[in-house]
Amino acid sequence: MNKRKRILEVNDLQTTFFTDSGEIPAVDHINFHLRDGEILGIVGESGCGKSVTSLSVMGLVPSPPGKIVGGEILYNDQDLTRLSEKEMRQIRGNDIAMIFQEPMTSLNPLFTIGNQMVEAILLHEKDWSKKKAQERAVEMLKLVGLPRADALLKDYPHQLSGGMRQRVMIAMALVCNPRILIADEPTTALDVTIQAQILKLMKDLNVRLGTAILLITHDLGVVAESCERVVVMYAGQIIEEAPTKLIFEDPQHPYTKGLIQSVPDMRYKKDRLYSIPGNVPKPGSITSGCRFAARCEFAFERCWKENPELYETADVHQTRCFLYDEGRVKPDVHNAFIES
Amino acid sequence: MSTTPLLKVKNLKKHFPIRKGMFGKTVGHVKAVDDVSFFVNEGETLGIVGESGCGKSTTGRVLMRLLEPTEGEIEFDGKALTSLSLEEMRKTRRDIQMVFQDPYASLNPRHTIGKILEEPLIVHGISDSKERKKKVNEFLEIVGLNAYHAKRYPHQFSGGQRQRIGIARALMTNPKLIIADEPVSALDVSIQAQVLNLMQDLQKEFNLTYIFIAHDLGVVRHISDRVAVMYLGKMVEVADSEQLYEKPLHPYTQALLSAVPVPDPDFQKEQIIIEGDIPNPADPPTGCTFHTRCPFKMDICTKVTPQLTEQSTGHSVACHLYESQVDNDIKQLEGSL
Repeated sequence: MNKRKRILEVNDLQTTFFTDSGEIPAVDHINFHLRDGEILGIVGESGCGKSVTSLSVMGLVPSPPGKIVGGEILYNDQDLTRLSEKEMRQIRGNDIAMIFQEPMTSLNPLFTIGNQMVEAILLHEKDWSKKKAQERAVEMLKLVGLPRADALLKDYPHQLSGGMRQRVMIAMALVCNPRILIADEPTTALDVTIQAQILKLMKDLNVRLGTAILLITHDLGVVAESCERVVVMYAGQIIEEAPTKLIFEDPQHPYTKGLIQSVPDMRYKKDRLYSIPGNVPKPGSITSGCRFAARCEFAFERCWKENPELYETADVHQTRCFLYDEGRVKPDVHNAFIES
Repeated sequence: MSTTPLLKVKNLKKHFPIRKGMFGKTVGHVKAVDDVSFFVNEGETLGIVGESGCGKSTTGRVLMRLLEPTEGEIEFDGKALTSLSLEEMRKTRRDIQMVFQDPYASLNPRHTIGKILEEPLIVHGISDSKERKKKVNEFLEIVGLNAYHAKRYPHQFSGGQRQRIGIARALMTNPKLIIADEPVSALDVSIQAQVLNLMQDLQKEFNLTYIFIAHDLGVVRHISDRVAVMYLGKMVEVADSEQLYEKPLHPYTQALLSAVPVPDPDFQKEQIIIEGDIPNPADPPTGCTFHTRCPFKMDICTKVTPQLTEQSTGHSVACHLYESQVDNDIKQLEGSL
């Protein structure tokens, strides 16, 4: 599984928002990569920077106030942060597509589904006829499991249910066969039975089309069910990264541990839920020391002074916590291990 | 926990008219709550789960008579709520309080927390000004905030803290029953656990009875003693929480439970993915409203509405699969006699 090529590499990315009340580093020096055909989860609570990460990759950070101030995003040997808006437009949709949480706000209520899909197709395939584009739209709608695809082209977004709209969004995103699909909380607004349908669809498409998926979510259940690998974010930083199985079997960062324990499990009843004390810090409010120290039951002196780096605790497991400072493996040794 | 019902609901209905045209002619009804009966024992938590549009929130509001029921009876603490005058009902609300989903929208942004918490006491004419202030401080501390927070405004608090304030406000009048409508669904996971624990502690301390309305099945199992599942305005299954999650009877409950993502990658489950969407509540399917999506659909399901019947002690289900079983048993029994 580790033989697959890295198709997206994010190195030392920093996205900062310049607001009246100061600079807010929403994404603070993060590193991760996405391999071909993989489903990678980014999980975290509100304000941890997971959405800003995805917007940075797409070049959609609202500017002003937001700006990518450092680092690089490598796709196909080009640094996406250095591309012009015109070049970026070639990447978006063709190579990297995105779907959002609220499918109603991402579709224009004034145009039919067919209209919007054909527009998207013709933008990328300039020499296609309208008829050909329409056929492609129908084909895509069938691919995502929508019944009566032909008739659907004439429907307006409000005539569809939330689950159908999200399917339309997925169809639209996949219309140009992108290699990467970024899904930002794609099922949060949907009911559980519909969520199950959409997750299954995304997994199917991942297998059938080989599209790599970057799945951004706050729901650990969704992660456990869909992702191969997980990146856990807290207050703008990556605090742990590991294959999904390891994250749940051997969570290392006290935050990840707490998070997993505080989810009520439907399978059995706990007497009392574990709860992480305190609140999620406001972005930018913590400047020194480990950002989780104030809520951490293991915090010691060092945690208040220095910000820990990501320590390699196993071949494929990284944790940003001083508890794992010992027994540290050099990063280059680790890379050699994976590539071989 | 005693077993006397604090609240008894019989054949409750809430239909909203659909009006069309210049004169607002009624062309149909949305049956948001359609013939629902249940009870809540003193000191217990009844969870009501269902997907959007199933009528769980409307049920909560009708119980408070924030919406007038179309039909049916609500008996609370020996009083028939449906026959009370508005003024009497207002006084009764002292004993039934609500906690809302959105802690941002349910607190007045122009009032200090002190004023927000004092308001219910003033409305119900409880104690004098000094006493009230004391009580405000006391309850702020009970829900894990500090007395000095009384001078602050809602925007100065985080989502979790606001929900604590919402809970404190509900507690101010010493209610017997608290209807919590999705109290934790707007909160982050780590904060959600804090609020759930707080609600459980308060229940023990003040002997509260909860109706906990939510869509998250994990949360509902955690907090509820009994659980009712709603689908398109009807209750399709009611049982002890343990029973319902271990041995769900209704095909909808089974599908719902199997659809919840479990935070354990090793957990192998049989996933029943039900096709299609929830039908339009203005034009619900005939017979059993679930038949359009049910994997076990029979002929009878399209014609006859199944009634909620008890299968074992405390476990009721509205499904023809089980009715026919009972009928067959009876027939067999009659045949053998």
